[in-house]
Amino acid sequence: MAAAAAAGPSPGSGPGDSPEGPEGEAPERRRKAHGMLKLYYGLSEGEAAGRPAGPDPLDPTDLNGAHFDPEVYLDKLRRECPLAQLMDSETDMVRQIRALDSDMQTLVYENYNKFISATDTIRKMKNDFRKMEDEMDRLATNMAVITDFSARISATLQDRHERITKLAGVHALLRKLQFLFELPSRLTKCVELGAYGQAVRYQGRAQAVLQQYQHLPSFRAIQDDCQVITARLAQQLRQRFREGGSGAPEQAECVELLLALGEPAEELCEEFLAHARGRLEEELRSLEAELGPSPPAPDVLEFTDHGGSGFVGGLCQVAAAYQELFAAQGPAGAERLAAFARELGSRYFALVERRLAQERAAFLGCLTDVRQALAAPRVAGKEGPGLAELLANVASSILSHIKASLAAVHLFTAKEVSFSNKPYFRGEFCSQGVREGLIVGFIRSMCHTAQSFCDSPGEKGGATPPALLLLLSRLCLDYETATISYILTLTDEQFLVQDQFPVTPVSTLCAEARETARRLLTHYVKVQGLVISQMLRKSVETRDWLSTLEPRNVRAVMKRVVEDTTAIDVQVGLLYEEGVRKAQSSDSSKRTFSVYSSSRQQGRYAPSYTPSAPMDTNLLSNIQKLFSERIDVFSPVEFNKVSVLTGIIKISLKTLLECVRLRTFGRFGLQQVQVDCHFLQLYLWRFVADEELVHLLLDEVVASAALRCPDPVPMEPSVVEVICERG
Amino acid sequence: MEDDAPVIYGLEFQIHIIDFDDENNIINKNVLLHQAGEIWHISASPADRGVLATCYNRTCCPVLDSFVALGKSAAQLLKALATPSDSKVLTCAAVWRMPKELESGTHESPDDSSSAAQTLELLCHLDNTAHSNMACVVWEPMGDGKKIISLADNHILLWDLQESSSQAVLASSASLEGKGQLKFTSGRWSPHHNCTQVATANDTTLRGWDTRSMSQIYCIENAHGQLVRDLDFNPNKQYYLASCGDDCKVKFWDTRNVTEPVKTLEEHSHWVWNVRYNHSHDQLVLTGSSDSRVILSNMVSISSEPFGHLVDDDDISDQEDHRSEEKSKEPLQDNVIATYEEHEDSVYAVDWSSADPWLFASLSYDGRLVINRVPRALKYHILL
Repeated sequence: MAAAAAAGPSPGSGPGDSPEGPEGEAPERRRKAHGMLKLYYGLSEGEAAGRPAGPDPLDPTDLNGAHFDPEVYLDKLRRECPLAQLMDSETDMVRQIRALDSDMQTLVYENYNKFISATDTIRKMKNDFRKMEDEMDRLATNMAVITDFSARISATLQDRHERITKLAGVHALLRKLQFLFELPSRLTKCVELGAYGQAVRYQGRAQAVLQQYQHLPSFRAIQDDCQVITARLAQQLRQRFREGGSGAPEQAECVELLLALGEPAEELCEEFLAHARGRLEEELRSLEAELGPSPPAPDVLEFTDHGGSGFVGGLCQVAAAYQELFAAQGPAGAERLAAFARELGSRYFALVERRLAQERAAFLGCLTDVRQALAAPRVAGKEGPGLAELLANVASSILSHIKASLAAVHLFTAKEVSFSNKPYFRGEFCSQGVREGLIVGFIRSMCHTAQSFCDSPGEKGGATPPALLLLLSRLCLDYETATISYILTLTDEQFLVQDQFPVTPVSTLCAEARETARRLLTHYVKVQGLVISQMLRKSVETRDWLSTLEPRNVRAVMKRVVEDTTAIDVQVGLLYEEGVRKAQSSDSSKRTFSVYSSSRQQGRYAPSYTPSAPMDTNLLSNIQKLFSERIDVFSPVEFNKVSVLTGIIKISLKTLLECVRLRTFGRFGLQQVQVDCHFLQLYLWRFVADEELVHLLLDEVVASAALRCPDPVPMEPSVVEVICERG
Repeated sequence: MEDDAPVIYGLEFQIHIIDFDDENNIINKNVLLHQAGEIWHISASPADRGVLATCYNRTCCPVLDSFVALGKSAAQLLKALATPSDSKVLTCAAVWRMPKELESGTHESPDDSSSAAQTLELLCHLDNTAHSNMACVVWEPMGDGKKIISLADNHILLWDLQESSSQAVLASSASLEGKGQLKFTSGRWSPHHNCTQVATANDTTLRGWDTRSMSQIYCIENAHGQLVRDLDFNPNKQYYLASCGDDCKVKFWDTRNVTEPVKTLEEHSHWVWNVRYNHSHDQLVLTGSSDSRVILSNMVSISSEPFGHLVDDDDISDQEDHRSEEKSKEPLQDNVIATYEEHEDSVYAVDWSSADPWLFASLSYDGRLVINRVPRALKYHILL
């Protein structure tokens, strides 16, 4: 330590700034070692540093310092201290040295025991190790012996082991062979038991081997047997497949097995489709039977449900099975399937369309009901009492029908239906499908159906009961005024039409309905006019007017005409409003034909062959006609009672006129016509809008009859009146 | 054109022969007395312009005179006398000859002709005791005026006129059987098929007959909704036929397909009494109705010239050819050319002039005869 201190640099310099390099490092390292020792003995460096807080630890005069230098210390003491203090220091020193010596002694004694026991232990260990070494040697020898033995045994068993391995191989082979040999019987058994799947699996396993060793006769025999059995199996499968009674999945299984047996896929594919077709056609037939001619067709929802589950489900199954089975067929197979599905699908849709067409015929059904209802009271003799109620019935039944359809269709857009959120169902379906296709289409078809009553049966004249025409006309008119807009509003509300497709405006439909109503009413007028016309015509044509007796009363047919007209008036009055008529003179019924007959007749009917005379009469009549308006006989009518009746009466009287002109009258014949016309005049004026019209036409009839009479002597007006009043 | 003959119409007991001078717009009238009775139907011989046939009514009193005058056989006269109370109207038919001077067409002054009413010369009666109620008489259209057909009740009678029309021999006949009283209303002789076809109308039915066998060849049931009044053959298209009736309609038929009319016109507002094809331009159809109107229609689509007038091969230059081709591309539509409302009363007869294809006349109940021309614009459109 002293050396170190001597060799060290100047005590003032720090360890960090020693420029000496490796020499400077050395004391540093040593100090570190010191530190570690100190740590070991419990003298922490902090303790060492803390104790002499004041003095420098490197102070050479510090007695406990590491750098204590006795010379310096003594020197210092001698120089600084007085004698007494020196003495004190000396005694203190001596006492400390003694204390240290005793401490050292106790330490040595204490540790001596420990050294001794350690030495003992080491000695004992030496002995133990020696013993152990011996045993290890023994072990080594034993091991060597064992190894030797083991090697010997292995060598001995080597040969046998090989043989056993070989034997095991042979055994496995034999088992395989046995399987092969048993294969035919097994297959037979499987086929007998109906375990076709098992059989096919066996066959699949054996096939390759048999194929490989087919040059060996025995294998060949087995293969032949197998082939025979397989063929039988295939045949049975085919049989089962063809029987077709089993459901689609079983058939699919059959086909799968057959495919595994290596049957030609093409052919199977064909057959499979053929069978599927058979089944699906069965379904279609049953659907068709449901459709059938028998009227109580099932509910449309039931029908579609049936179709959906039966046919569509079946078709889906077939398609799925097909795709699974014949995936290897490639695009050609897919093509075939597509064609198949398309054909059957189109047939199915045709059926569904037919069914839906029946639904559309609901309106016709309504009409049939009305027709029957109309026919019934007529038989009972009470004509048309419930015409207004019938109208209400029809209107309400049609309306409820529309509402029901709307409700049914509304299901498509219900929130809970998965496809209702597709844009098609939100947009086009609502506007084009429901509004245009269903509602507008329905109204159109209604108009069309109604109009068809005007066209086709019109040729035969009144195949449609006139009351029905009247009813339909009123119905269409009601539609025009209110119902169409109501229905369309309802539709628009239920199906919030969102897209911008052009839709048929209400006004167009209303115009159509009005046109239909007008045509129907016009046709009604024609038909009724024709009925009365025919009556009048027959009465004029069949009578011998030359040899009639002097008229005593009005002919029955005229009374009938008035009765019928009254009946029509009542009938029309049930459905249509009165309408406006021209101002009437108070004494309309009082007019007779006297004026006409006297004023005109002389000029006209005096037999004269002078050339000038006819000129004058023509002139007269023409001038008269110039002032009267031309009468349009089959003119369109307005929607009121008076107009309808006017139309009918115009047609009837014009017919009477034309028929009279074709006949030749005797004197009394003319008088009879006079009486008849006066009678008509008395009763018909009240029905028409403009009574002048009736006058004009009846005047014309009498005038024509007079012209057609070689002996025109008219009856006295007073007599005519008397006869008519009596009749 | 000097003689627009024979536009003839019957008033009671008179036949008027009207001459219309196109250039000077003058109408002349010659009156012939028809003493046999009132005339219901009249038709002129196609071969001899002086010969005509009438259907006329014979009522009992006036008829006696004419019987004597016409030199009827004594037996019939007696019969008529013996049953004076049997005052049925009988419709008979007879063939007459006009006086020579009228026939020639050189007309005197109007005053003269009207003052002196001349009498027709009777050639022969188309009667026999079995058949009466002649509805209509039609001459063979192309022949030599020897054959004539009359319709009596439900019989068709084909007469042969012999010895210059002075004797009528019943060549053959056919009759319509069925329930109810069947009665022919009208008939026409087809100008096609060598004049072997006749069409008749009874009630709502149209029938075609073969004159050689007198058997029915076609039948259009329910041709009209009501009585069929008249019919006419298309002069240029052999299977086409027009009919009209009380249902106010004019229908055009193809006799090869009788289930549906080819075309229907609904212009009139009352019974249509007459329908006539123009003799040379068959798109022009004339109809007269008891609504007092005459309607001239242009039925181009079903005419023989659906693409306009085709210029004959020999007189076309290239340019014209070109032009006609252009014209053929124009859309031609059926339409009503004109509605004539000059008549104040029902129009019972219309016909085209046989001399001038652009001229037609119509006659109404009040005795007014109206002569009209096809509008000039249309005429040029058809011609050029």
